[in-house]
Amino acid sequence: MQTKNIMIVGVGGQGTLLASKLLGRILLSKGYDVKVSEVHGMSQRGGSVVTYVRYGDKVYSPVIDKGEADYIVSFEILEAARWVEYLKDGGTIITNTQEVNPMPVIIGACEYPQELEAKIKALGINLDAIDALSLAEQAGTSKAVNIVLMGKLSKYFDFTEEDWMTAIEQSVPPKFLELNKKAFLLGKEA
Amino acid sequence: MKKLMLGNEAVARGLYEAGCSFVSSYPGTPSTEITEYAAKYNEIYAEWAPNEKVALETAFGASLAGKRSFCGMKHVGVNVAADPLFTVAYTGVNAGLIIGVADDPGMHSSQNEQDSRHYAIASKIPMLEPSDSAESIAFVKEAFDISEKFDTPIFIKMCTRVAHSQSIIEESERVLPTAKPYEKQGEKYIMMPGNAKKRHPIVEQRTLDLIELAETAWFNRIEDGSDNTVGIITSSTSYQYVKEVFGDKYPVLKLGMINPLPVNKIKDFAKKVKNVIVVEELDGIIETHCKNIGVSVIGKEIFGNIGEFSQNLVAEKLGVDAPKGVALSENIPMRPPVMCAGCPHRGLFYTLKKNKLTVMGDIGCYTLGAVAPLAAIDTTICMGASVSSIHGFNKANDGETDGKTVAVIGDSTFMHSGVTGLINIAYNGSNSTVIILDNSITGMTGHQQNPTTGYNLKGDPCSKIDLEALCKSVGINSVRVVDPYNLDECDTVIKEELAKEEPSVIISRRPCALLKYVKHAGPIKVNTDKCIGCKSCMRIGCPAVSVINGKVKIDNTLCTGCGVCAQMCKFDVFEAVKEA
Ligand SMILES: Cc1ncc(C[n+]2csc(CCOP(=O)(O)OP(=O)(O)O)c2C)c(N)n1
Repeated sequence: MQTKNIMIVGVGGQGTLLASKLLGRILLSKGYDVKVSEVHGMSQRGGSVVTYVRYGDKVYSPVIDKGEADYIVSFEILEAARWVEYLKDGGTIITNTQEVNPMPVIIGACEYPQELEAKIKALGINLDAIDALSLAEQAGTSKAVNIVLMGKLSKYFDFTEEDWMTAIEQSVPPKFLELNKKAFLLGKEA
Repeated sequence: MKKLMLGNEAVARGLYEAGCSFVSSYPGTPSTEITEYAAKYNEIYAEWAPNEKVALETAFGASLAGKRSFCGMKHVGVNVAADPLFTVAYTGVNAGLIIGVADDPGMHSSQNEQDSRHYAIASKIPMLEPSDSAESIAFVKEAFDISEKFDTPIFIKMCTRVAHSQSIIEESERVLPTAKPYEKQGEKYIMMPGNAKKRHPIVEQRTLDLIELAETAWFNRIEDGSDNTVGIITSSTSYQYVKEVFGDKYPVLKLGMINPLPVNKIKDFAKKVKNVIVVEELDGIIETHCKNIGVSVIGKEIFGNIGEFSQNLVAEKLGVDAPKGVALSENIPMRPPVMCAGCPHRGLFYTLKKNKLTVMGDIGCYTLGAVAPLAAIDTTICMGASVSSIHGFNKANDGETDGKTVAVIGDSTFMHSGVTGLINIAYNGSNSTVIILDNSITGMTGHQQNPTTGYNLKGDPCSKIDLEALCKSVGINSVRVVDPYNLDECDTVIKEELAKEEPSVIISRRPCALLKYVKHAGPIKVNTDKCIGCKSCMRIGCPAVSVINGKVKIDNTLCTGCGVCAQMCKFDVFEAVKEA
């Protein structure tokens, strides 16, 4: 099988690392070769962050390059727009519609671009957008945005709900398990 | 059982499996997690030293005592540890000693892009360079064997993409090495000229012996290809990009040991192929070696020595079509890292900017004080440089800049190498003001304890440096403490200390807002009826505060209720903050 590529992008502090951990677990359990690449340190302080998840028979490079991503899961719509170029022809973007102003916008040095969803779609890209923040709050905490988006992503994969739930169990602390399971289902049904 | 494991965690796993029992390191991205994961094994004693020089000397002491030892740091840490490094290269070791160094091509979190392979060559110490997590474990085990067999410290070199990528590993049992009690050997361990002169030829012979090893060892391997028009010599993460692009098409010489490099193995490889291409990030180390031994290769003239590689870059440089995506024509605003909401550094930097001071900066989260709208820092060089350079700046300006300049330095950085600069200020008498930003943690690298926090790496309570007493004891008479959430207090104290005709230290004290034990008042409430949209509150550059349609808006998911924004407002828009 040719290597498949999933990019997870967002704003430092949004919980992108947990999402990649979860994906890594589930893909490993299915017997794939897997690589997950993250960047720690400086960029985690509210900056633009990206994690790469790659799987297949044999994975070499730990990173995903322009034009290679089968899926981009974006925690914030401006970040989806920033990384569009990494999507493969025919790939899909799953995005949270939430907007988080970056500092240049906050201080008025530039504007937050408008109608990004429409502009991305105009490139002929499959864009699957959901309000993951509201769904996460509905599940019990705004922190569950990552699991809501995993629920949405799960629709594009053949793994069973049980596969996903097992991976969630292995990735979140027991006291938040029920909440996260709920968040996953809300994302899946959205 | 197969597991996905981060490269740095795999190094720690390798340490455990190889029977390492002593770790002393200083944090630095992308090396930090090695030591954090090592500390999770009860069988390994692990500590944060105050800096890399101390860490390496400590690990050397442990090796002398007969324990397999490790010392971890980022690439610039080797600059700090270079002094012991070059001489431990002469003495050699008792039990195995590994120096783990992580480079940062692309400078994801670093102030420069230096290539630590130069250090291996210059100090005549062998260096192994894994290219994924499984190799990280295997190379660490191999490194201890080489260290002991050849009587040398040895480097394990990581880079961001190996250190911070998870790939599949298999764990095995811990195997304890044979005991190596310390024996007094003056000629080996006392490096005064007479002894060192005898050790140097031993070091040179050791390199020759290591080249022999490099010729045949398993970690320098040739992978056959189907097309011999090109042969590629590569290592580390570059190997992964090469394989990603070419698969098994061209023969590859994959080098696991980067110092010393083999001679005959490279010559033989070159003979079998028409053109040899070297693919390596940063400087042309392998390439220069090939040219020195008379093998002509193509390398840096097409790849350059700046930044990190990727599969598309390797493809394009070698004339292969790389996939391309479509970008939006829209102008996408940058999203640079910023000080967190509630960060105690913010109020202090606002005060510095307001007073239009020249600010000698240093390295840590507070370096973000250089970013708009605070933009309150003039220099950033390396850890400790703020305190030393303000002294030179003020001295050279003959008092002209004395009341208008400050140095800022974090608690961990002050312990690392700031205190020696402060001693110089006191000793050679400049009228300099140093601000220690004491947020009770090493923030930038992800919350490591340090000598000012009262806790050690394992999280146990321990002795805590009294910063006030320390500064006084080196000869600074004026030492004040301020709360950076209180803008008036910061302003008054900074003005007073700058006005004095003597050196001074101001300790800006508030724990990092992200520390688990820190209680927050909760999001600040605003009365938007009173807001006239003047944007005064936005001058502090808090990500939780914005003005939308002429009215202030607080991001309740971010706001901690520190109340600094409220102190900017003249119109009573913000409700009083209750102490948490
Ligand atoms: C020689 C060297 N070692 C390590 C680092 C990595 N590093 C950058 S800043 C820093 C410490 C920051 O802690 P602190 O001074 O307490 O400031 P904070 O980030 O908490 O504001 C470290 C370890 C470095 N840049 N240089």
